Parts: sequence; structure tokens; C-alpha cells
Amino acid sequence: MLEFLSQHALPAALVALGGLALVFGAVLGFAAVRFKVEGDPIVEQLDALLPQTQCGQCGYPGCRPYAQAIANGDAINKCPPGGQTTINAIAGLLDVEAPELDAEHGEEQAVQKVALIREAECIGCTKCIQACPVDAILGAAKQMHTVIADECTGCDLCVEPCPVDCIDMVARETTLKDWQWELPSPNGNLIATDRVQGAAA
Amino acid sequence: MSEQHSTQSTPKIWPLHGGIHPPENKAQSLTLPLGEIPLPEYLVLPLQQHIGTAAEAVVKVGERVLAGQMIAAAKGLVSAPVHASTSGVVVAIEKRPIAHPSGLEDDCIVIETDARDEWIELVPCQDYTALTHEQLLEKIRNAGIAGMGGAGFPTAVKLNPRANQIIDTLIINGTECEPYITADDILMQTHAEDIIAGVQLLAHMLGQPRHLLIGIEDNKPEAIAAMEKAAAGTGICIRVFPTKYPSGGEKQLIQILTGKEVPHGGLPADIGIVCQNIGSTFAAWKAVRFGAPLTSRVTTVVGKALQTQRNITALLGTPIEHILRQHGFNPERCSRLVMGGPMMGFALPTTAAPVVKTTNCILAPTEAELPAPTPAQACIRCGMCAQACPANLLPQQLYWYSQAQDYDKLQAHDLFDCIECGACAYICPSNIPLVQYYRASKGQIRQQEADRQKADRSRQRFEFRKQRIDKAEAEKEAKRLARKRAAEKAREQQSTAETKPDPVAQAMARVKARHNSPEHSPQHQREKLERAVASAEDRLRNAREKEKEKGTVTNENHLSPIRFTIT
Repeated sequence: MLEFLSQHALPAALVALGGLALVFGAVLGFAAVRFKVEGDPIVEQLDALLPQTQCGQCGYPGCRPYAQAIANGDAINKCPPGGQTTINAIAGLLDVEAPELDAEHGEEQAVQKVALIREAECIGCTKCIQACPVDAILGAAKQMHTVIADECTGCDLCVEPCPVDCIDMVARETTLKDWQWELPSPNGNLIATDRVQGAAA
Repeated sequence: MSEQHSTQSTPKIWPLHGGIHPPENKAQSLTLPLGEIPLPEYLVLPLQQHIGTAAEAVVKVGERVLAGQMIAAAKGLVSAPVHASTSGVVVAIEKRPIAHPSGLEDDCIVIETDARDEWIELVPCQDYTALTHEQLLEKIRNAGIAGMGGAGFPTAVKLNPRANQIIDTLIINGTECEPYITADDILMQTHAEDIIAGVQLLAHMLGQPRHLLIGIEDNKPEAIAAMEKAAAGTGICIRVFPTKYPSGGEKQLIQILTGKEVPHGGLPADIGIVCQNIGSTFAAWKAVRFGAPLTSRVTTVVGKALQTQRNITALLGTPIEHILRQHGFNPERCSRLVMGGPMMGFALPTTAAPVVKTTNCILAPTEAELPAPTPAQACIRCGMCAQACPANLLPQQLYWYSQAQDYDKLQAHDLFDCIECGACAYICPSNIPLVQYYRASKGQIRQQEADRQKADRSRQRFEFRKQRIDKAEAEKEAKRLARKRAAEKAREQQSTAETKPDPVAQAMARVKARHNSPEHSPQHQREKLERAVASAEDRLRNAREKEKEKGTVTNENHLSPIRFTIT
């Protein structure tokens, strides 16, 4: 056998390559079993990028279901709370072109909102408590309800079920703790051109 | 290396990378001696004058307080209490404008002063060596001392290094490198002995570090002379080094005096060094020796928009407008009012803001002194900013990444090692406000981090809620199933009960069977009754015969045969 192979180059090459293929196949097969990843890591990664407002504006009942849907091929531009930043991040992760936000699902909000219950008007129906996706509303039947502002994601879902319309979405106030400097605004054209002067005139 | 700077005869100064030489402008506030100003009508004391958690008010509106009385207690470990600077009545605890670039308001205690300046009883201490480390720490902590160089880090925290941090060098920062500011300079000139005593106190608290260094820039000859005189024979080494901005940064001063670099993300205590400001040292000494809390500080009031330029001892909480009024402030000549120096200070949004523990300077410059920044031009990549950076960063790269909002790259280029000294922006030939970009980017990164943490919490809450709902649903389902199973079981039992002998049913059956038996048929009954009639007739006949034999028949009719009719 060895003698035959040493005499004939082509069968020798075939045997060698075939042998290598078998060895690597065995190694890969072992690795696939030994290092098997539970769950779908891409869904986890997508979920980590989504803003976790759990608002359902994308049409799915929460961020994780939407992450699952994206992994299954849904459009990535259905998340208004995340806005363009989130779309860009997801596009980066999936290595696709970043589309504009789909206006059908809502518009990106410039300021963060937080729900506020007008407590004098609350009748204690618990409908908002059931609607809140992150359990950020405190209260019990026939007792006044209130929003835990720190936990509120501003998803809006509690406003609609309220039978007495006592929930407002108000802008989150800037405090000394979260105030920050702003980027300097770029100051346009320093050198006056004929075009600018013409436009001004 | 350590051998070199332990020998006092040849003190070595290590070079600092970068740095700039802006006009010093220190002379104008030193022409007059340290002054005092009349008591303001109101004092506004913010609850947060330090880095860390805000203090918590312990007085009520309407309460009369004495000077030195604690009006807000420290909350948590990294915090500092607030004391009344003079006697008076608390008239409000509310949000007031404070000295902050945002112009936002914060919780303040407002005291209407009564001009009597009555103090609480202070507890002096003749011999601090008799006290334990904890007692001394407590004294400094209760005095509300926070880093008076500008950062406002609670002093007591720095004086309590972790067990694994062996402190071998204590550095007292008398550099005061920023233009215009002379508060530490004048304090060293006037209170050199107290400061030296304070250094000895801090050294005692830190377990007598091997090296006790006081770093002073060479543009303060009078302060150096005073300090050297006071320090003679104490083993404390006065280190004089050439003036350069920003030598007074904590990390920069450590590098100049010891040649060591504070590691990225670390603290000076990690390399065995504690650094304290001149003003904090002085305040710590007063707190321990005289029991006096921090109620005032030396502040430089300077700028050509003022008639008088000098240093004053300002009570904490003094509204800045009151100080300006005392110094002949001309708002028309002032380009912008700055708290802190021209390099690292910020424009005050309102003159109602009070002096706080970190207010080392109030700068009221004219337009000529501190002109408005010229419009920024394009970066020409000259690299002068990198040469000027004292932290060895690449300001120009940071600028590009800030513009692109590429936060990963910014962090990779150690944006958070930037001390925001402004040397790069000062040197920039294109007048790009570089520090503004860095501050904004740092804020953005912190915000992102906070958002991420909040998102994680929301995700947890959402998943927990889902779990709870699923569990409730599963429980309901389980109950439904259980009920269904129970019903099925009952039905099954019923069907088996019919086949099994049941005593009641048996009795019923017996009764029924008896009813249905031939004995109970009407025919049988008739026979039975007919038999009974026959036997009764027999018995009657017998009775008649017996009567006849006796011959006493009384009533024939009465004994007539009874006719039974059976149907």
C-alpha cells in the first residue's frame, strides 16, 4: 500500500487530503457538540441594543420579541424610542445599510417623557398598572396610583387604558445630576462668499 | 528615586509634559492685604458644596441658628455637612440659584443674619496626639471640610486610606497655577504657622509618611519665604518649581514632585501618595485645634470691572452680588462673570449664587482682559495641542472623535484622563473650544452608560413581569386542570357506585322485592283474609254453642252472625 502510494502521486494526494478532511471533520464535529451555544446569541445582542422601553410601537409586545423578529428578518427601523442611533447600531451589528426610521411606527421624541398621574383624579381602577410593561405604577384597587418616575420608560402604554384620562406624559426634567455640557455648535461659514451674500440680499 | 527626594539638600523636580504660560495676572489682587466684608443680609448655603451625596438639612424654617452650628448633616460616606456661617434665623429651605454652569437651582438653606455673630461652644483640642485616628477623622468630617482647591472632594475620605494603601508621601498643594487666583498665596503669607501645624496634623493622621512635601510655584516668593520660615526644623520640605500651567493639578503636581504617575483610573493613594490643598490643610487644623467647622474661606476677588481687587475672607453662603457690591463692581465694563480662574472656571449664570467651599476666585474681567472667544476655524492638525497636553493625550484626535461622536474611540484614547485644564484650547491657533467638546463627550458617555443601566433594569423588570404573568397564567391553568380532573373523578365514582352494593339501596330493594313478591299479590291477600274470616266464624260458632250449653242467651240479635264482605 505504502509502496503504491509512494509510487503514484495522485492517489497519494487524494489519500492525504481525504485523511486531513476526516481529521478536521472529527475535530469540528467534536467542537460543535462540546462548545454548543444555547439560544440565539444574535437575539441577545439585538435585545441589548434596543432601548427597552417595552412600548410595543414596533408591533411586537416588547423589545425582546422585536429582537427575535429582527433576527427572523423583520425590518430594523421600527423602533421610534431608540431612534436613528439604535437603527445605526443594529445596522452596524447586522452589517446592513441603515435605513431611516419608519414613520408608520411613530416619530423619534427629542425629549424623554415620563408618565405622571394626576392623583386627585385617579379612581384606583388598576387598568394602568396592568398596562405598564415594567411594573412602574404603584397602587391597588380603589387606592390612588402613582408612577415610580425612575422606573418609567415613557412608553405611553398607560395613558390609553385610563378611564378618567388622569395620566399625562411630561418631559423629564433636567437635574443637576444629569445636566451636561453641550457640544459647541459648528459656526457655519467663516469666510463670506458671494453666494451667501447673494442669498442674504 | 525615593532616595533622591528624601534628601532635602538636592530636591529634584521632575519635568511635566506640556503645559502653557498664560499671563499670570496675580499682582493686582496682592496689592491689598487680606480683607473682610460686612455681613450680608442673607446667607444662602447650598446642601451640596462637595463631590458626593448632598447633605441633609437638620434645621427647620424659623429656627434660630448659631454660627458654627451644623445645619445639614452628611449623608453617606462621601459627603460633608454644612454649618451656619453666622448666627441668624433660617428663613427658607428651598431651591435657589447656585454657582453651577447650568444655571439650575438646587436645595439651599437661607439664613437671615442678625449681625450678632454668636457662636456655638467650640471644643478645642490642645494635644491631638492624644486622640485616636477615628476621633480625628470624625472631627474633620464633622467640620464639613471638602477639597478647597476647586474639586471639593471630602477631606476626611482622603485621610482614611484603605489598609492596603501604605502612604509614604504627603503632598500639600500650594501651587495655585491658574492665573489671577492668589487665595492660597495670601493664606500662606498670613497663616504659615497654622498651615505647617496642619501639615503635621495630617502627617500624624496618615501614620507619619516618609516625605512631607509642600509644592509652591516660584511666582510666590513671599509665600515661599513665610512657609520656609515656619517649616524650619520640622522636616517638612518646601519644594519650589518653575511656574507653568497646570502644575497645580493633583496628578501633575505628584508627577513634578515625585516623578510617579497616578495610574489610569486610579487614585494617588494607590501609589502611596495623599495630596491636600493649602486651604483644606488650614481648615483641618482649625477643626482639630479649635473645634471650628468650615464656615469661611479665602476668595480672590479680581478683574478690572471692579474698583477694588483683593483677597477676602468670605463667609460661605455670601451671595456673590453682595461681594461685588463691596468691591465697586461695574457690570457694564464686565465681559462675563467667572467663578474660578480664567482657564478652568465657568461663567456664572447669575450673581445671586453664593460663595461655596470650592469658590477660590470671583473674576470680573473687562472685555479687554478676557475677550469673548473668536470663532473657531478648521483644525489644521498642527499638533500644538498634543505638545501642550499635561496628561499626554492626543487632543486633536479626541476632537475628531468628539465631532464624530465616536465614543468607543474616545474612551480608547483615554478621554477620561483629560483634566479639562484648557491648555490645548489656549494654545490652539484655530481657537477651537476643545475642552467644550471633551466635556460634552464625557457627559454623553456618562449619559449613555446611565441609559444602558436603566435599559438593563427595564429589561429585568419587563422579564420579571412576564415571568410573573406566565406564572399566574400557569397557576390558573393548573387549577383549571385540577378542577377538570376532580370533576372527571367524581363522574367516574358515580358510575362505579351503581355496580357496588349499597346498604340503603339494598334495603330499598328488599322492600321493593317484598312488595313485588307473590305473598303480597291481591289474590294471596284475599285467601289470607278469607282464612281469617273462616277461623273467626268458627270461633263465633264455638262461642254460641258454649252459651247454649249454659242456657243463658241474652241477645240473639247482638250475637247475629257478622257478615264479611271481601271484595
